[in-house]
Amino acid sequence: MRKTFNRNLLEIAKRNERIFLVVSDIGYGEIEPFAHTFPDRFFNVGVAEQNMTGIACGLALEGNIAITYSIANFPTLRCLEQIRNDVCYHNANVKIVIIGGGVAYGALGISHHSTEDLAIMRALPNMVVLSPCDCIEAKEATLAMIEHQGPVYYRCGYKGEPDIHSGPINFEIGRAIQICDGNDGTIIFTGTIGYNVLLAREILSQKGIKCRLISMHTIKPIDTEIILLCARETGAIITVEEHNLSGGLGGAISEVLADNCLSQVKFKRIAFPDIYVSEVGSQEWLREKYGMSPSGIAKTIEETIRGN
Amino acid sequence: MVMEPKKYENYKKLAARIRAHAVMMTNLRHSGHIGSSLSMADILVVLFERVLHLDPQNPNWSERDRFILSKGHASAGVYAVMAEKGFFPKSWLKTYYCDGGKLCGHISHHVPGVEFSTGSLGHGLPVGVGMALSAKYKRAKHRVFVLMSDGECNEGSTWEAIMFAAQHKLDNLVAIVDYNKIQALGKTSEIINLEPFARKVEDFGWAVKEINGHNFEQIEQALLKIPIENNKPSFFIAHTVKGKGISFLENTVASHYKCVPDEKLSDVYKELGVEYEKDI
Repeated sequence: MRKTFNRNLLEIAKRNERIFLVVSDIGYGEIEPFAHTFPDRFFNVGVAEQNMTGIACGLALEGNIAITYSIANFPTLRCLEQIRNDVCYHNANVKIVIIGGGVAYGALGISHHSTEDLAIMRALPNMVVLSPCDCIEAKEATLAMIEHQGPVYYRCGYKGEPDIHSGPINFEIGRAIQICDGNDGTIIFTGTIGYNVLLAREILSQKGIKCRLISMHTIKPIDTEIILLCARETGAIITVEEHNLSGGLGGAISEVLADNCLSQVKFKRIAFPDIYVSEVGSQEWLREKYGMSPSGIAKTIEETIRGN
Repeated sequence: MVMEPKKYENYKKLAARIRAHAVMMTNLRHSGHIGSSLSMADILVVLFERVLHLDPQNPNWSERDRFILSKGHASAGVYAVMAEKGFFPKSWLKTYYCDGGKLCGHISHHVPGVEFSTGSLGHGLPVGVGMALSAKYKRAKHRVFVLMSDGECNEGSTWEAIMFAAQHKLDNLVAIVDYNKIQALGKTSEIINLEPFARKVEDFGWAVKEINGHNFEQIEQALLKIPIENNKPSFFIAHTVKGKGISFLENTVASHYKCVPDEKLSDVYKELGVEYEKDI
């Protein structure tokens, strides 16, 4: 997905000379085409995320579109105050791109896991939070991010994740995409864990459980309309995210249900528990360990829908 | 040459008014940071009277110099000079820190003419670097000025920006440190000693000049020669006195926290040479 992002950004930047890419010494093998094509619009600030964010804000306040870029937590948590006070308070046109959402950098350890980002970024006023699930969404999300005036957080995948969508999509910030229909319950996912969810839905389908499948590519603003519709029509909502339980996709959706007095709907959040994982393993291994393999997801959904 | 002393006399009068405004404003709701406004008042006078290219009637004029107060807690001083220059009505000063007021305790871009909001230290210089980069890219002539405190030179982000600005030869960027040598809990020399300050910043690739931050002639001559050196960002270390102009506040840590109490107001205005209600 990161290749898709960088390729598309380069194409957009050829048509839009206001785009600057500001990186903090990250992006080997990925950012070079942009750096070589636009040397006066590319800055490597060195290992200095606070400065990266401040510089991007200064560029943006002068009418440019500034993209900060690094991996996992680096462009968010280290410089959170710059994102809050400089970027969001000034509604500056800064786009924060992380490579490797969730546990994409699995065996590198928790310093490289981005598992609180959705909660923290969505707590910031003026921030739009995007989490595309495959390269088809990633491409469209990049375009939408650049068109949007104001801060955007973009949670990008790391490697060649399989596609979930089978064809062209209609991508709009704040409008979720229904992938499959079903009436026994609705699975709402965000990000690249979506492929395991798609496989889980097939397992459930073979057992006679037909679930609706929704890609919630925008965590903020959340698509309230589709959540309420699915809750009323299918009676069960299961959320799946490669993120901690607190405050992410499941948190955002539970707020919508509670605010609309729909707390009687069957509801389950599938996510990492509120801990720092100490096990060593790949993304797929860690997903399985914490109930996010296709069979693990299917099991939890079946239990939720059948009321076990 | 005959005009020169008169010019500095006018500067002196404006500086006294800025100090008096700041005293009044911080007294309104007994807010803090008066010492920080007083130490930079003379620098502000030269900046706003002589150095910065600004248009109070058109604060978003694209060719304006960018001025960032990075020591945002000293907003009273900047609001005072901006009101004097006509960016907004002077009546706003009497709403500082007040419920429903126009001006909050840390400088805000919601006020016309304020370039950037600060309050947490170490934010101004990186943003100024971004603005300076954009000006270079657009081949624009305006400069970017960042007025900083000595305390915020403890922040890593300040030094990140210092290193980057030198690397990219941003000679359209000017940092001025209000070096009053007192930070929140005591003397800078006893908390994080910045010395040898000038040499440190020079070694980081900037052109550095030390000035007396209360000598108008020195401030003006320095700030009218920018950049100090071509292809280098300019760094002015302005030696100042915290609480300058009010004898019982000068060089005190307490001036970071206490305002001038009601019973001392008239004495303080007298010391500043200002009859507040009559002159202002």
